[in-house]
Amino acid sequence: MNLKIKKGVPLIDQHDKNFMYGGKFGGNFIPETLKKPIDDLTKLFSKLRKDKKFLKDRDFYFKNYIGAPTPFIKLEKLTDYLGGAQIYAKVVSEANGGAHKIYNATVHCLIAKKAGKKFIVGDTGAGYAGKMLSMAAKKFGLKCKIFMGAKDIKRQRPNVEAMRKNGAEIVPVTTGSQTLVDAVSECMRYWVANCDTTHMCVGSTVGPNIFVKICAWSTAQISRELMIQVKDEFGKIPKKIKLLNCVGGGSSAMGFWNEFMDTDAEFIGIEAGGPKNSKLHAAPLTNGSKIGILHGSAQYVIQDSEGQIGRTESISAGLDYPGISSLHCFLKDTKRAKYTCASDEEALKAYQLVSKFENISPSLEPSHAFAEAIKLAPKLKSSEIIIVNSCGDSLKDKDIIKQKLGSYVR
Amino acid sequence: MKSKIAIAFENCKKENRPALITYTVAGDNTKNNSLKILNKISKHADILECGFPHNTPIADGGQIQGSSHRALKNGIKLKDVFQIVKKFKKINPSKPLILMGYFNLIYQSGESNFLNNCKKSGVDGLIIVDLPYPENKNFAKKCKKKGITFIQLLSPTTSKDRMRKIIKDSHEMLYYISMLSTTGGKLKVSPKKILKNYNKIKRINPKKNLVIGFGITDKTISSLKSANGLVVGSMLCKIITNSLKMRQNPVTKLDKVVYNLKRKII
Repeated sequence: MNLKIKKGVPLIDQHDKNFMYGGKFGGNFIPETLKKPIDDLTKLFSKLRKDKKFLKDRDFYFKNYIGAPTPFIKLEKLTDYLGGAQIYAKVVSEANGGAHKIYNATVHCLIAKKAGKKFIVGDTGAGYAGKMLSMAAKKFGLKCKIFMGAKDIKRQRPNVEAMRKNGAEIVPVTTGSQTLVDAVSECMRYWVANCDTTHMCVGSTVGPNIFVKICAWSTAQISRELMIQVKDEFGKIPKKIKLLNCVGGGSSAMGFWNEFMDTDAEFIGIEAGGPKNSKLHAAPLTNGSKIGILHGSAQYVIQDSEGQIGRTESISAGLDYPGISSLHCFLKDTKRAKYTCASDEEALKAYQLVSKFENISPSLEPSHAFAEAIKLAPKLKSSEIIIVNSCGDSLKDKDIIKQKLGSYVR
Repeated sequence: MKSKIAIAFENCKKENRPALITYTVAGDNTKNNSLKILNKISKHADILECGFPHNTPIADGGQIQGSSHRALKNGIKLKDVFQIVKKFKKINPSKPLILMGYFNLIYQSGESNFLNNCKKSGVDGLIIVDLPYPENKNFAKKCKKKGITFIQLLSPTTSKDRMRKIIKDSHEMLYYISMLSTTGGKLKVSPKKILKNYNKIKRINPKKNLVIGFGITDKTISSLKSANGLVVGSMLCKIITNSLKMRQNPVTKLDKVVYNLKRKII
């Protein structure tokens, strides 16, 4: 069967009655206890996204609290150095809190308020989703609990400190690999036991369908801004334009691409290839992983032949996830987006190069996307445009970078 | 023909007591021991639930996660699980055995292939934690065709309307989750309230065998004995964990514990 994307219909709504994209990705593979809370949330969200007052509130906070629009800049020196395509960056790391996770966190807090919930819980890998949720929870007067793998707590210290400062309780997850995958599981388990009083925010476009939807709907702000900025810069959408974005769960890429879905813009998603000489990676799309079920959703996922979820490895905690959004699986199978990966080493080099030449310093997640831009640009004509979503700042990675490169320069 | 599960419930009703249903994980702490455990406790338990472990469970508490982890560390595979069931059934042909687990393992092995293996090894029923109604309708039908009972779950969050639909499409056994919790949580709802909900469900269709699970231990089991069946799982997993810590034999330990559980509901 040839899968196709429908034009003029938001991608998040292109599912069937079982909430599956292309009949095989997504859905709600959840315990019975979560059926009702998820049904309730699904109904509430479909009402709210048509509610003018709610949209006004959202836009108010996006503008005045998160800070819209985030800058769109040309990376002149990097472009000159590489020769070839013109390289631009959408500096989403300028958003309040320093990453795109603030959009999803803010929307979830607004929804939690509407649902009359006083508690909010969330998972985090790199610590951004947790940091933003703790920030937004504080802003909206919700009590916040964050689940984070014990390994990630160690390697993402600055964000952990920020969460504590915001008054969130951090629950270290010591099961399994002690990274994002376990944090999401533990957070879902907590929600199973507390869904009557507590709202859950899944930190990326993963999990049961409604969380995929809410997250992608929230981060879409990035491409709404970018669309205007691109038209301002070029007068129209250029013919040859590539939008490069790292993908772990896939939330920033969905937001970065959403408004360009029906245009000629080319989408390239960059997964985490892991250490150069390691068999471990976090790139299910690049490496042809099979479809399986993880965290309530059918998706391409790293697993063994029995269906046990596989171990992953990446220098970037935010991409260190064995699965990938059902929306990206759909984009891959419809050939609307292409996916590749960058190794830990390539990401580090990209971080170094961009930080050296430009006024921005991408975190290790978008550095994966910059690595692809650096590979690609010299092969392209100067009339072609590459835009990279610089969706996080390197400051949170200073410990890792220091350890790997000997020093940290921003 | 009546299923072994249905017969087990009938026998318990004759004795005016609930069915005692145990849950242990296949391969915990070894393949051999888990088989020995099943053989031993089947003398006291009426129905045996046997978990096939998954390493990313979204509804299990610490105790069952621990058991699953031990089993997986020992290299348990689905084919071993079916071997354990087959060997158990050879000795205990009339004792109903239910497999319980997560859908991804079935998805990877293929629904039909999985059900054929169930049939061949003598599995009587299936509980799939993350395949809710109505998404499970087709799979439940396939089970029925093979003579395997698909056990639908009901929870305190299940609306009455939804309950009616689930019960209408259900087979002879239903599982009521006592409270909002992962497995092994402390019973945070009073037995009286649980039974009140239980009776509400029973009234929708009194013929269905309805069992209660989650949070049931030797402390709480007797207060719920008016139900058709009671499931004890995490407590048993915890006992395996503890006996391993104290270098005791988990098989004999579990035998005693299940015997005691049975005494509390007679």
